[in-house]
Amino acid sequence: MTTSESTLTASAVPAPDGYRQGRPDRARQESISIIRKRAGLRTRLRRDRSLVLMTLPAIALLLVFAYIPMLGNIVAFQDYSPFVGIPDSPFVGLDNFTRVLGDQGFWHAVTNTLVITAFQLVFFFPIPIVLALLLNSLLSPALRSTIQAIVYLPHFFSWVLVVSVFQQVFGGAGLLSQSLRAQGWQAVDVMTNPDTFLFLITSQAIWKDAGWGIIVFLAALSAIDQEQYEAAAVDGANRWRRMWHVTLPALRGVVILLLILRLGDSLSVGFEQLILQRDAVGAQASEVLDTFVYYTGIRNGDWGYAAAAGLIKGVVSLALILGANKLAHLFGESGVYSKS
Amino acid sequence: MRRKKSSRPAWEEEPGAAAKISKAAVLTLVVISVLGPLYSIVLTSLSSQSTITSAGGMVIVPGEITLDAYRQIISGGVVTRAVLVSVGVTAVGTLLSMVVSVLCAYGLSRPGSFAHTPILFTLLLTMFFSAGMIPAFLLVSGLGLINTYWALILPSAISVFNIIILRGFFMGIDRGILDSARIDGASEWRILGQIVLPMSKAVTAVIALFYGVGYWNAFFNAVLYINDSAMNPLQVVLRSYVLQGVMIPGQIAVGQGAAPSLALQMAVIVVAVVPILMVYPLVQKHFTKGVMIGAVKG
Repeated sequence: MTTSESTLTASAVPAPDGYRQGRPDRARQESISIIRKRAGLRTRLRRDRSLVLMTLPAIALLLVFAYIPMLGNIVAFQDYSPFVGIPDSPFVGLDNFTRVLGDQGFWHAVTNTLVITAFQLVFFFPIPIVLALLLNSLLSPALRSTIQAIVYLPHFFSWVLVVSVFQQVFGGAGLLSQSLRAQGWQAVDVMTNPDTFLFLITSQAIWKDAGWGIIVFLAALSAIDQEQYEAAAVDGANRWRRMWHVTLPALRGVVILLLILRLGDSLSVGFEQLILQRDAVGAQASEVLDTFVYYTGIRNGDWGYAAAAGLIKGVVSLALILGANKLAHLFGESGVYSKS
Repeated sequence: MRRKKSSRPAWEEEPGAAAKISKAAVLTLVVISVLGPLYSIVLTSLSSQSTITSAGGMVIVPGEITLDAYRQIISGGVVTRAVLVSVGVTAVGTLLSMVVSVLCAYGLSRPGSFAHTPILFTLLLTMFFSAGMIPAFLLVSGLGLINTYWALILPSAISVFNIIILRGFFMGIDRGILDSARIDGASEWRILGQIVLPMSKAVTAVIALFYGVGYWNAFFNAVLYINDSAMNPLQVVLRSYVLQGVMIPGQIAVGQGAAPSLALQMAVIVVAVVPILMVYPLVQKHFTKGVMIGAVKG
């Protein structure tokens, strides 16, 4: 609301100092380019010195902790040894990559990762939408915000905490086993059963983040013009038809955006969550790409090999994000970024 | 959120009884699934050994209440030290993150300023491609940060996502106010400190919560970078006592007055949750569309 208002006033009055504001339309862009030419590089540097200075700490942190490690991926092409260091470790070309791609364990981790992603897409993704629709239909604002506050809460718990809570409920000594034993039945330990592991980690993810996921949908729902509902109702549409023809189309953009983000992220599945439970259920069920990199590299010291696996993951993820975004553009949605 | 008034609009039909009941049932189930386990954990941490034994483990019906577990936890030792480590890392880290992020977000809040696009690009690129665990680890160890608290702070000090949220909010502030301050001769630093920040209390509170919770909950970076068990933060201690069942030192030796081990474990869980529960209500009301959606829409 406030943003669109300020854009309006901004486009009515051209900025005197040559700053662009919001997203300018084409006519304004031309006039701005004239102003920008007038404000030369040196003038702008003098004028914006403090603004640039303000970004420097963040840029410095990113250069050291994000960009230098990107260069550090050079160890993926080396037979790296920490005692020798990067400069003196011998280069081995693509040896690490051919080893990784020929490794059963790597492909097993890839399979697990994709299975977990697909499973969570089917069983996790729709839940926040349903919850948001339910909450949105509540009439009492007090009740609504109370429930919201409660379901958001687990999002702020650590994975250690979430897994601990699940252990107290579903573990061998947890509440579930307790009540089963009290009924004279056999206790079950869901926490250590590899066969049900997929269900376990998905329900953990739902418990932790499904509530938080509704925020985006609630915002999209609140943006719907109420008169659309009224008009539909006057035309004789019942509540299901109103949901089908008004509500769901309004959620389309958000759903596609979130699907893209998820798709681009599909090679990362709850690293902390999995590494915490790997000992309990074994590597067969829980090994994913990230844990594979951790165990081969940092635990077993096969640095170049693990870096190669990690680099493959990074590059494929990048391709997935760009591809998913392309897909969104084809669907006529704005995607995560656009060309402008 | 949708409508301020709590009455049903005239055109909307009254839902049937079955619909009302199933809706209430689902929402009740959702609320219980969140609060139920937490209730049992808190209650167990407060229960005496005899109550826990007769309940057969986790306590649901309140019995004999005792603070023994907490007394033992705060009497010094591993948990106390871990809490101090976590509090320190969280405080210093959040402060550092906020200063760096707010400055960067404000510095980028004016499209068309000098080097605006390249700087923004430098930030955004890190959201698309991450270097990976191995090079990050080699860097931190190469910098000599292994077994220092800086290893728990610096690598995760800024989140580009949070900066983008802040920037989006700063960009929405009415330009007229800032321009008139500039004409009056105020420096950018002063405008940020005296005009922009006071106008952005809600969004900075939310972002500070995001950062603070991130530091408090961080677990794996300590596994990677901290080998000295005396320096472990609370989440690592929580894992070893609750998930791996390591005995809390001194829990047997104390004898008669010793708290039961299950109550102790639950008390450690409670200690890990309480700071979040304390800050959460202050900030929760700001999780409205304004803060989040600016970020999602980029």
